[in-house]
Order: sequence, then C-alpha cells, then structure tokens
Amino acid sequence: MVTAAVEATALTHRFALGRDRLTVLDGVDLAVAPGEFVAVVGPSGSGKSTLLRLLAGLDRPTRGRLTVDGAPLAGPDPSRALVFQDPTLFPWRTVRGNVEIGPRATGRLRERRDDVAAALELVGLTDFADAYPSQLSGGMAQRAALARALVNRPELLLLDEPLGALDALTRLAMQKELLNLWEARGFTAVLVTHDVDEALRLADRVLVLSARPGRVLADLPVDAARPRDTGAPALRDLRHRILRLLGVES
Amino acid sequence: MAVTQRERAAAPARAAARRRARPPVAALFGALVWTAGAALTALVPNRQEAEHTAVTAGLAGAVAVLTAALAPALTERVRRAGPWIAATGYWFVFWELATAKLDLLEPPYFTSPQGLLAALWDDRALLLDSFGNSLKLLVIGYSLGAATGVLTGIAMGWSPRVHYWAHPVLMSIGPVPAAAWLPLILLVFPTSYSGAVFMVALAVWFPTTVLTRAGVAAVSRRYYDVAQTLGAGSGYLVWRVAVPAALPQIFVGLFMGLGAAFLTLVVAELLGVKNGLGWYIQWTKGWAAYPRMYAAITLMIVLCGGAMALLFRVRNRVLRWQKDLVRW
Repeated sequence: MVTAAVEATALTHRFALGRDRLTVLDGVDLAVAPGEFVAVVGPSGSGKSTLLRLLAGLDRPTRGRLTVDGAPLAGPDPSRALVFQDPTLFPWRTVRGNVEIGPRATGRLRERRDDVAAALELVGLTDFADAYPSQLSGGMAQRAALARALVNRPELLLLDEPLGALDALTRLAMQKELLNLWEARGFTAVLVTHDVDEALRLADRVLVLSARPGRVLADLPVDAARPRDTGAPALRDLRHRILRLLGVES
Repeated sequence: MAVTQRERAAAPARAAARRRARPPVAALFGALVWTAGAALTALVPNRQEAEHTAVTAGLAGAVAVLTAALAPALTERVRRAGPWIAATGYWFVFWELATAKLDLLEPPYFTSPQGLLAALWDDRALLLDSFGNSLKLLVIGYSLGAATGVLTGIAMGWSPRVHYWAHPVLMSIGPVPAAAWLPLILLVFPTSYSGAVFMVALAVWFPTTVLTRAGVAAVSRRYYDVAQTLGAGSGYLVWRVAVPAALPQIFVGLFMGLGAAFLTLVVAELLGVKNGLGWYIQWTKGWAAYPRMYAAITLMIVLCGGAMALLFRVRNRVLRWQKDLVRW
C-alpha cells in the first residue's frame, strides 16, 4: 500500500488583503500517520481550505514547517491529490479525458491506459467514459473527479468538502464509497467538511478549528468500528462536544 | 458502485422521425414558385433589352425540378430550407418583373437576372482571376493575423511581463483601422502585395489578440490547481489547460477578425494591389458597367459567406463539448 505521513508544525498563513495582512491559520500543529483518515471541521473562514492548499503544495505557508514522510514539502506533486467541492472537471474533455490528465501530464499515458480504465471501473463510470462533464449528474461528476485524483495512486488524498454540493441521498452513498476506496487503496486522507456527522462517520480523528484565525481547538479520536451509526451513544456525545466547540450548541 | 439511472433521451430522435413523415409542403410550394418564375421569364416578352433569357428561364426551371425531384428523399437540413426556396423564388419573380419584363428599375443602374448571368459568363476569366486573388490574399493575410493574434493573446494572458509591454502597443496600434496605415505601409513594404497581406493580417491580429488574452486571463485558477496537483508542468498548463479553456473566447476573436479582414481586403485591393474583387468592383463602377459590378459583388458574397460558414463549421467541431448534449 502506498501511503504518506504528514506533519505540520506551527503552521501560520497570511493573505495580503489590500494593505492589510489577514491571518488565516495561526500556529496549527497537525500530525497524520500513514493510512490515517483525518477530518477537519471548523466554521466558515477558519482556514480549512487553506490548510489543504498548503498540504497540496499549491501555496507556501507564511511560517511553520510542513513535511511529508519527513521531507519538506516543495510544491505540488502527483503523489498528493486534491478533490474540491466543485468537481472542476475540464468541460472540453470527456470523462476518460479528464481521468487521463494525470498520466498525460507526466507523459506516461501510453503505459498507463490500464490505470485509467481501472480508475473509471473503481468509481463505476466505465459506461460513461465518453460522456462530457456537462452531461453528468452532480454525483457522477464528483465520482469522475475522484477517479481523476486516484489514477495517480496518490499517497495522500486531500478532500475539500468533496460531497458538500451533493443531495443528501447521493452524499450518504458517496460517503460509503469513499470509505471503501480508502480501505481498498490504503492512502492517507485529510477531509475538510462542514458536516460533523460526515466527519464522525468517516474519520479516525476529528480536528476542530476555531474561527479566523484558525487554531486547533481539539483533536478528537473517533474510536468506533466502521460502518458507524452516528446515533450510537459514544458518537452522539462526541458530536455534542464538537458542536459545542464550534459554538453551535451551548 | 453501479450507476443505476441510465435513461438516454430518445425524444429528439422521435421528433425527427415525426418530421420526416410529414410531406415536404414548403419545398414543393417553393418548386411551384420557381416554376412560375421560369414560365414568366420564358413566355412574357422582355421590355428591357436582355440576352440569355432562355438560359435564365432554364436555370429557374432547373431549381424547380431539382427541388421537386429531391423533396421526397430530402434530408432534414434540406427539408428545412423549403420556406427559403419559396422565398428566393418570390424574389426572383419580383426581380424579373421589375427589370426585364416591366422595366421599372432601369439600366444602367439596375440589371435583370439575365443581365447578371450574362455579366458573370461574359467576363468569367477576369472574375475568376479576381476571385482567386481575393481568396489568396484573404487566406494568407487571415492565417498570418490569426496565428499571430492567438500567440500574442496567449503570451499576454499568461505572462504579466508580456502583458505589461504589449498592452500599450496593442491599445495604440490596434484600434486604428488597418486601412489608415495604408500610405505608410505602401512606403515601407517592398511590394504592394506584401503590404496588402500585412494590412489584412494587422486587422485580424487586433481583435484576435484582445479576445484571446481576455479568454486566457479569465481561466479559473481551479483548473490550474487541479492540473498542478496531477503533475502538470507549465507547458501543459498553457497548451492543455489555458488554451482549451479560452477557446470559446478565441473563436469570438477569430470571427471578429474575419469581419475586419473582409473590410481591409477590399480597401487593400482598391488602393494597393490593383487586382481582386475589391479592385474589380471599383474598376467596373468607374466606367458604369453596373451588371459586372453586381457580378463581382455576388462573388464577394460567395467568398465572405463561404469563409464565415467554414469558420462556423470549424468552431462547432472544436467546441463540440459546448453543445447542448444529452444529459443523464
């Protein structure tokens, strides 16, 4: 199994906003073990997406140390895949064309056609390989985006509210599929979500961030066997605790 | 993880079948109008002097016969042309009546259908030569201008440094009609032909550059993010992300450029190269040979319309993904 360990120490990130500097993340510590599934919850603007962009290497942190498997993170890399809430499929490419982006970008499409087919099979889109993104439903489009991310066999999968835009039923089904993929592929996963139940259903640990600037309020392990019933007493208590931390319940 | 819902929309196919079952009324009616036009041309005596009256009647009759013969087996597209066949038939009847038959629109300013045909036929060698020259100038000038424009636009949209230097140049040279540079161009270029090519290319370059730049600059950052996390380098980001994402805008620029090319082409031929359809139109007008002028204008319509139609086809093919496709 291919999997990565992530370690962030005192991660601080600021944006220039006009003449001001806006602190989005303030001294965030985070350690994710290989193969672990960590969920990050927090109010809007707590820097959750920024954290993922830093982990993906798309932005450089203003301060702090960020390592993957002990090596400092230098920039985007095919071993770390990112999935957004908006599937961001390239509308001018078919589903297969979108999944082929990774192999094509690294110039190894010919030898990796089987991987493309396997990724499409994995998310159940083999029959829709020649469809254009505008023809897909929201759930299918998000599956295609997952296949595109998984074709590179990433060691670290970064999920930025990937199910946030889906309807409740599709969302439940996709949560299950996501778990299956994680169990089958064994990658390390960091999931940003607004949905506390989703975090409890999927993750080994839930990281609760404060409102801006984002600080770690709590790092809570979820000790329950999967598949989980979020109505179970232990998870119910945990949910109340998280919601209290987020200031939703008193 | 099987996708369960898989309804392919059969509705458009059914609707097409229904349309095919209907008799092609409009096309048949069009054939009737053209038959009337042919009979009018052949049987009513001319009040204006006109040659080739029998040939004109024959051609109008041929339109009617072809339409009627093909109507039952016509494809969807030709079937849809039915009302237009009838409308052009009406136009032909009106034109024939107003000129040759009733002499309401008088020569030399107006000409009858047979007059136009005669002009086309009698001066075919020079007209064909002019058409060829215009086509050549259009193809060379447009290709150069479009290619340069797309490349400039990509560079400007991609690199802030290129944009910094190129933008003021673009905005000072571009908006000036290419024709205004004519005296300078004739002075600087070794031959008037190369000058004409440059003028057409310049006219195409400006709108293509502006729209391409806008398209590339507007590409969503998310596309670049996704491509980068999938291992894309900057070459990939430019040619496989920015350019395809900007293509709809690039085509808008190419269409505007084509319009500018037609305009500039005529001016360049008039004042510079002294051949081609633009020159022919001016030359025939000079000695009041209006039927010939109309003949050249007709060929101009064919040239410009053909070029437009070709570009539309290319766009529809390239931007297939934009079409409203069947959705699941």
